Amino acid sequence: MTRPATAAAIAERARRIRATSLQMVHAAKMGHPGGDLSAADILATLYFRVLSIDPAQPSHPARDRFILSKGHASAALYATLAEAAFFPAEWLASYMQPLSRLNGHPDRNKVPGVEANTGPLGHGLPIAVGAALGARLAGETWRTFVLTGDGELQEGSNWEAAMAAAQFELDRLTVIVDRNGLQQGDFTERTIGLEPLADRWRAFGFAVAEVDGHDVAALIDVFERLPLERGRPTAVIARTRKGRGVSFIENRAEWHHRVPTDAELALALVELAERRP
Amino acid sequence: MTARHDCRRAFAETLVALAERDSRVVAVCNDSVGSSNLTAFRARFPDRLINVGIAEQNLVGVSAGLASAGRIPFACGASCFLTGRALEQIKADLAYSRHNVKLCGLSSGMAYGELGPTHHSIEDLAWTRAIAHMTVVVPSDPIETAAAVQAAAAFDGPVFLRLSRMPVPVVCDERHSFEIGRSILLRDGTDLTIVAAGVTVTEALEAAALLDREGISAAVLNLSTIRPIDRERVVDAARRGPIVTVEEHTVHGGLGSAVAEVVVESHPTRMRMLGVPGVFAPTGSPAFLLQHFGLDAAGIREAARSLVRA
Repeated sequence: MTRPATAAAIAERARRIRATSLQMVHAAKMGHPGGDLSAADILATLYFRVLSIDPAQPSHPARDRFILSKGHASAALYATLAEAAFFPAEWLASYMQPLSRLNGHPDRNKVPGVEANTGPLGHGLPIAVGAALGARLAGETWRTFVLTGDGELQEGSNWEAAMAAAQFELDRLTVIVDRNGLQQGDFTERTIGLEPLADRWRAFGFAVAEVDGHDVAALIDVFERLPLERGRPTAVIARTRKGRGVSFIENRAEWHHRVPTDAELALALVELAERRP
Repeated sequence: MTARHDCRRAFAETLVALAERDSRVVAVCNDSVGSSNLTAFRARFPDRLINVGIAEQNLVGVSAGLASAGRIPFACGASCFLTGRALEQIKADLAYSRHNVKLCGLSSGMAYGELGPTHHSIEDLAWTRAIAHMTVVVPSDPIETAAAVQAAAAFDGPVFLRLSRMPVPVVCDERHSFEIGRSILLRDGTDLTIVAAGVTVTEALEAAALLDREGISAAVLNLSTIRPIDRERVVDAARRGPIVTVEEHTVHGGLGSAVAEVVVESHPTRMRMLGVPGVFAPTGSPAFLLQHFGLDAAGIREAARSLVRA
């Protein structure tokens, strides 16, 4: 990245990522729009301000690594990567089409800029721990970021990885929790509750920050203070709303994988346009 | 009697030698430094021995991450837990991701015989063999173990090394060059072929010697790579006569199934598949269990004799 983007410019990118994600899900007649919209501001902040990456050299050895553990938000990730020019925007039209490289879940072998094959939940953080360890073993200073869902934290593998990250003192590792409070079937707290989530991460040896996951300036502020504590991995709990940006999608469990009708898409795009920063 | 060896020693020595030559080689384990024989590795390369504790899903994920950052991880643990508990990570994080991780399933098969069926690993070949991009190697003795570890390190991609702890005699010739995907004809014969891998190879050779005294000429094929299978050699065996397969594994989906898949498509012949017949094995020493399921020399001879004379 040449010049750091402003919070307003990042918010505009996030708005476009939201609109593109919804169009992709609508065209594919399949997808996970709630989780896409939830993560858009976090993705935009990372890709247009925080990560040290070069879309022209997606495999540059010294790049920061970002792993989307909540792989069902693939439309948002692909939209972000296209915004960042990792691949041509025309690819997006093929989302989930036969033989497309844009699977319903991210694929590192097919898509430039994707770092891990995710989708099954609870895989991202262990892989990120290994990547961060690998950087240290090689004496390199690049950083590893992983975005998990909150419902996803019900998978025990995350806590195996959390214990290891703290034990290994991986302070170049940051886990961001998209804390939208919803999972596929219901609210997380009505399913298997996660609170007190910040205390849990602290108890596992992480430095913790809690932030409004839709406040780009606040996200930038946290990410630019990393590592929050020397010798500790960081957990950023980003409080979000699933479906953020579209009134009739926001905070409703059924939009985990509902597909907007033509009319709903049109209305959603109008709402998003009106929210232009 | 010929001296018997614990192949974990060859495994551990080779791993240290590899790590000396290649700084990318790291060992990852699940609180199994001792049982994986990694004590010497840890002493020599303390930073390159990563013990993730009792957490197999994380072990495989961490190994994938290490590979993504350019390391060559040897992910070690008891095969029953490593493969069973982390099977989805093996599929998604290693195989589908084509990460260069060497999965080392130790004490596989019925090596933990007395500990009971929870600790038997008689499904690991079926599980790993069913996953695309996986290479599955089952060395039979210390020579082949050392060669397989080196070949796995040189191979670019995920490999499952199925390693036992049952003491075995040397059956392979130092001069044989081990190659992933190539089987080794240990003994030629004209009446039938016994196909084995791992700890059953020595039993197959003994069975062939017993059969020889009865005037039955048995070839013995060491099928040390289960996937990709040496089709050419298997078809060649089928052309010559019936086949007995012997595996320290369930008969469903393992070595015998792999051979049968080739045989029925290419040159149908009569087969007997010896293994654990779709049950949980009882408790007992590894030697007892081999005998119990007819996977020892006497059992193999019996099966071969009935097949040839049928």
